[in-house]
Amino acid sequence: MRFETAAAPHVIAGYTVPRVMYQVLLALLPVTLVQVFVHGPGALLQLAVGVPTALACEALALRLRGRAARPFLRDGSVIVTAALLALAVPPLLPWWLMLLGTAIAVLLGKHAYGGLGYNPFNPAMVGYAVLLVSFPLEMTRWPVPLGTAAIEWSELARLTWQSFIHGPVGGPGAWDAYTGATALDALRTGLGQRYTMEEILAQQAFGSLGGAGSQWINAAALAGGAYLLARGIVRWHIPASVLAGIALPAATMHALDPGAHAAASFQLFSGATMLGAFFIATDPVSAATSDRGRLFYGAGIGSITWLIRTWGGYPDGVAFAVLLMNLAAPLIDRYTVPRIHGHAGR
Amino acid sequence: MFDRREFPSGLQLVPHKAAALERAIFEAPAPTLATVALEQGNGREARPTVSAGDRVRVGTLIGRAMDEGTVAVHASIAGIVRAIEVRETASRAGQGLCIVIENDGSDQNEPGLEMVEWDSLSPEMLVDRIRAAGIAGLGGAAFPTAAKLAAASRRPATHLVLNGAECEPWICCDDALMRERAADVVLGGQVMLRASGAARCTIAVEDDKPEAIAALESALAAAADPRLELRLLGATYPAGAERQLLAVVTGTEIPHDAYPTDVGLLCQNVGTAAAVASLVRTGMPATRRVVTVTGSGVGRPGNVEARYGTPIADLVAACGGYRSDPRRLIAGGSMTGRALPCDAVPVTQAVNCIIAATAEDLSPPRREMPCIRCGDCAGVCPAGLLPQSLLRAAGADDAELLETFGLADCIECGCCDYVCPSQIPLTARFRSARAARALRLDEQRRAAEARERYARHERRLAEAAAAEREAFEAARRRARGGPE
Amino acid sequence: MSDPSLVPAMLVAAGLAVTVGSALGWAAVRLRPNADPLVERIDALLPQTQCGQCRHPGCRPYAEAVARGDAEIDQCPPGGDATVRALAELLGREPRSLDPAFGVTAPRQVAVIDEARCIGCALCLPACPVDAIVGAPRFVHTVIEQQCTGCALCLPPCPVDCIELRAPRAAEPPGGRRAA
Repeated sequence: MRFETAAAPHVIAGYTVPRVMYQVLLALLPVTLVQVFVHGPGALLQLAVGVPTALACEALALRLRGRAARPFLRDGSVIVTAALLALAVPPLLPWWLMLLGTAIAVLLGKHAYGGLGYNPFNPAMVGYAVLLVSFPLEMTRWPVPLGTAAIEWSELARLTWQSFIHGPVGGPGAWDAYTGATALDALRTGLGQRYTMEEILAQQAFGSLGGAGSQWINAAALAGGAYLLARGIVRWHIPASVLAGIALPAATMHALDPGAHAAASFQLFSGATMLGAFFIATDPVSAATSDRGRLFYGAGIGSITWLIRTWGGYPDGVAFAVLLMNLAAPLIDRYTVPRIHGHAGR
Repeated sequence: MFDRREFPSGLQLVPHKAAALERAIFEAPAPTLATVALEQGNGREARPTVSAGDRVRVGTLIGRAMDEGTVAVHASIAGIVRAIEVRETASRAGQGLCIVIENDGSDQNEPGLEMVEWDSLSPEMLVDRIRAAGIAGLGGAAFPTAAKLAAASRRPATHLVLNGAECEPWICCDDALMRERAADVVLGGQVMLRASGAARCTIAVEDDKPEAIAALESALAAAADPRLELRLLGATYPAGAERQLLAVVTGTEIPHDAYPTDVGLLCQNVGTAAAVASLVRTGMPATRRVVTVTGSGVGRPGNVEARYGTPIADLVAACGGYRSDPRRLIAGGSMTGRALPCDAVPVTQAVNCIIAATAEDLSPPRREMPCIRCGDCAGVCPAGLLPQSLLRAAGADDAELLETFGLADCIECGCCDYVCPSQIPLTARFRSARAARALRLDEQRRAAEARERYARHERRLAEAAAAEREAFEAARRRARGGPE
Repeated sequence: MSDPSLVPAMLVAAGLAVTVGSALGWAAVRLRPNADPLVERIDALLPQTQCGQCRHPGCRPYAEAVARGDAEIDQCPPGGDATVRALAELLGREPRSLDPAFGVTAPRQVAVIDEARCIGCALCLPACPVDAIVGAPRFVHTVIEQQCTGCALCLPPCPVDCIELRAPRAAEPPGGRRAA
């Protein structure tokens, strides 16, 4: 009797890339909901533009590259890219900018380098960085968090829709009542204008822990991240080192000079800290390879984020920190090859 | 040497062992035609000592080992040699020279076989007896046992570890053996202690085998030998991989460029110990072993004692035959076993398990995607490698990078394949990269030798030419009547 | 030279020039590569068949010729394109493919003497560049397969044409460590 032949092992766990990606999407749900609650329905609108754009770009790129489109469209990675970008950009972003950012992320950030598994940079952050340097005004215009200004959610939704469809009509002044600086932005501006830390923290943009709105979003991202850790989708090395990379310098400088540096808790719960630590920095393709390398990689992202927030030209630095450490990942890999069984320590 | 006691990573796998352990070991009927392979599983072929038409008995030498790395081969049945020819085997090469013996039904033993007075023989003579008996490692690699014992005996105070971990799914022949023949395992350990001059012996067993542990404990109590001890391990795949097992049991990590015996360690399979015990009890050389026959495609899974050369089809028949459409016939476990093309292949010392696997025992065909460098493979690699980086190096065929990332240290256990979300056949890639590396190294070695020989050749020619010129000059001087 | 703030800058520049200059000078003396390793390094990349297809009497003479610039890097058929690539990388030249004028790449072969026809003339012995033929006058010769490079140089001297090239017997499958 004859039998088929095949190479060992004959049994595999049957994990799949889509399984990984859909778990990530599931973990993004709390962030999305909280952002919709705090900043209005903009996040949903951005998702509604981003996801179809990303899928279309992916299909187009695969077709141009002569690859089978279906397994890659189904793997979910491009949806994750679009979702991360949609949650990172301001909810008021006009639809054509989201479309542009997504197309850049997928076409230039991912497929120009060979598609899934080959991109040296985090595609979502490539899209984000291009939008940020090209459209600084639109990319820093966040609605004030619900509850801090006299505005109803329905009114916020109407204005969001208007901005989404038509852009910032009515000139820069018309929006001042409903949009404002984020907490990180307010901190920078305030410190630049020589206000004291107490005066700055008393502004409406600040909550008890971080930004008035962003502390809730960060808490939701932390919850999603905890889910990913518990499910074994991400390992602890990158999130822990990113958070430590932000918290350690922040706590040190806060202790030395509380008047000029915000507390570590503020840094951890404002801006894109938690989203970055658990969802963006953990993209394995563009991260360092070994566990030890990932500790350096995460610590680099955390500390560069803090450096940019403190002394850099932008209020938040997660995107640039991730891209910079993406650049450094091959170098980190070179020096962090783990000790092989039976070899002397390196 | 580095002190590392904890088992590095690995996998928790479904054992699939209960079905075959439901009944005791039983003997498979002697085959009417035995196809005894001259290569018993470690890649080195013995040289035939019989010819077609010769009469052999059980235990007659039919293949002589020409060097230390080869095992001698004996007839497993009595009868007439019908052919010496290349047949399909379970070896890496897929085929090899076999001696086909037709059973005459007499089952006569080779005359003169008698029990070995092992405690009065010198260690050297004991090793010689084990070598002559053709005993090889029964854990799957089939390396000659005597060669390891001899290497160990050249060093003082070796620590002998009997490997009863049996970590791979489906395989349970060692478990059955330890349950039923624990005294043989202990006796084999004592004999090998004497043969190797080792000071102590640890029997290492995974803690998911309570019956085997109980049997070993009472056998050890009966033997009352303070040099032997039992050591329980966590049930993790691949706890039984030699280097990893020794690191866990003794705390000594074997340097990558050394053998265990170089650092005073000796690892033998518990089945090998039982084979040594059977040799000293009866004088009968290696002619049979216990094989697990299992899988959803087998009627009644079980552990069968089979003579070498028995076609696997006969073993399956002895276990109730095939059922429910087996698709793959695996020699070994589900993680490292070789899929055999047909069931006429004979049992050798390397065949510890036969799985007749139906679709439900196998994973569906892989849907391979690009590597996303998630690092799950590095998390489970028992050798501490970065399979994802190794994969890139293999793809680029970059010999230098392959060395950096430790291709030579891959034990081909399959853990990385198992967890890969992109379902990349990593182990198969590494296996072929390792084969290419072996060829490359062989080529380099041959080139270095040729360079050396060419240099010598040139030197010799130059010297010969100089000597000839010298002689010519001298003759001319003589002819002219002395120097000017 | 009126701006006094230029002075420190110039001092720094001058200091840098002196430091870097002396470091470079030191390195040029101390870190100079060994006397003439180039021939060795080229030779190390050659397949050592000693076949002479490159029209040099052996691999080392060819390596010397390449190092002197008297021979091109594409003249070694047994090494094939892989050797040409390796040589190009070592010497910083443009990679090219093997020059077919020197022969074509073929799998490794070994010489085998038909011992029934060998008359024991010993003519093939000195022809072998790696001394892989054993024998003596009036005794049958044989080739040590492991040492034969397949250069074919022993074929022409044989008066009875009893030597031929064949594929080597299958090498042993490379063994591997396996899990138990």
